[in-house]
Amino acid sequence: MSESAGSTPDREALQSAARESDALAVERTLAGERDAFRVLVERHSQQLFRLAYRMTGNEHDAEEVVQEAFLRAYRNLGQFGSRANFGTWAYRIAANYAIDRMRQKRTEDARRSTPSSLAEEQDPLDLVADDRPTPDRLAGNSELRKKMEEALKELSSSERTAFVMRHWEGCAIEEIAAVLESTTSAAKNTVFRSVQKLRRALEPYVGARGALQAKAAGAAPEPRGTEL
Amino acid sequence: MKHLTEEELVGYREGEITQREAIAEHLTSCTACRTELERIEAVLSALDNLPVPERGPEYGRAVWQKIAPQLPEKAGRGWRAWLEPRRWVAIGAMVAVVIGAFVAGRWTKKLDAGTPAASVAQVKERVLVVAVGEHLGKSEMVLMELANATLPVSGPKQINISAEQKRAEDLLDANRLYRETAQQDGDAALASVLDDLERVLMDVAHSPEEITPAKLESLQKRIEAHGILFKVRVVGKELQEKQKTTNSAPAATDSKVRERNKA
Repeated sequence: MSESAGSTPDREALQSAARESDALAVERTLAGERDAFRVLVERHSQQLFRLAYRMTGNEHDAEEVVQEAFLRAYRNLGQFGSRANFGTWAYRIAANYAIDRMRQKRTEDARRSTPSSLAEEQDPLDLVADDRPTPDRLAGNSELRKKMEEALKELSSSERTAFVMRHWEGCAIEEIAAVLESTTSAAKNTVFRSVQKLRRALEPYVGARGALQAKAAGAAPEPRGTEL
Repeated sequence: MKHLTEEELVGYREGEITQREAIAEHLTSCTACRTELERIEAVLSALDNLPVPERGPEYGRAVWQKIAPQLPEKAGRGWRAWLEPRRWVAIGAMVAVVIGAFVAGRWTKKLDAGTPAASVAQVKERVLVVAVGEHLGKSEMVLMELANATLPVSGPKQINISAEQKRAEDLLDANRLYRETAQQDGDAALASVLDDLERVLMDVAHSPEEITPAKLESLQKRIEAHGILFKVRVVGKELQEKQKTTNSAPAATDSKVRERNKA
């Protein structure tokens, strides 16, 4: 995973120190000190949980993904080159396992084949974001949140992975391609397709009173941490 | 004026550098494209507000406590792990299936030109039926032993399940292969049972060698909740029947598989 843009020198120094200490912990673990792995688990669990939660959409699955990712990392630590960044490597293992898990769930869901709740009739305007913090609005937001979760669930596992890694985690397109085992142009296309699908599903609920009215006309959005 | 495509706008929003300056310049002068970008931005901003549940500073420690008992003494040495004897059991099973299918394919090719094409699939299927049947039998044994293990009333506080755990670990690789094959062949019913079985095997394989009675009880409940033993028995029985019939009658046709999937 890439570091976010605008890192201060202090932060970069801290990250570099963390990487060095990761490498040391990996070496010690490989030398037979099982407890050295604890440092890596404690340091990277939060980050892996965030990724796993966004990919799977629920806490229970996310926790299982985190645990399984570390178990797999430990079992395959010999394959991890000390030149690489342990956080990135573990992150990739977690993303791959989360994809497997999402696919398994999809198979199960297809078996149960319950009709999608997206089909429920609801007036999009009821869910439109508004500035007033009324009880109605709060209820509306929780409904909107439900719609967003549903829209994310409708993405294929590759699309969801691509979206989470790119949009939320700011990963480079090469990293996404590596996780998806595709070319960079295919990964780029998957990112686009995911945004397009989310847009189709959610625009009726957020578009009417767009959240960007405050943005100055023509103001270019800041590029994300890494370039596509 | 030619407007920007949705793909260009999404790429721009998500940080793509290709033609970034040209797109920015276009946006300053084109209200339609700016509005379009704002609509994309509105959706993405709304998604940014989706919360991720907080995990406290103790989370890393909690993860360690959960996984530590499951970690082998030594970390994996990459390809060297494949030299472990137990790996060879699963690899042997897989190789046997592949060779069996290959030989079956070669053998049926030598038959008369008039031999129906179905017989190639028939022999291949027979090989798989035998292999999956055996696999289900072995899995059933492991699950039976766990499901019937008695919880100690007194005495040791830990129960050793290392034997079952190792067997489950060996069965996992083969299970994955059979599940994928069943999925590819469109046999959803078998794939579904193997999928359920994989989860339970994974649970057992990832358990520590010694578990508390509470953990054993939760494993037993999980086995019971999935009804996995029953499913494995039913499919195992069905495969045995199929093995008998394929020895004397033509292989199940696609329509038969479809019927089973429906059921």
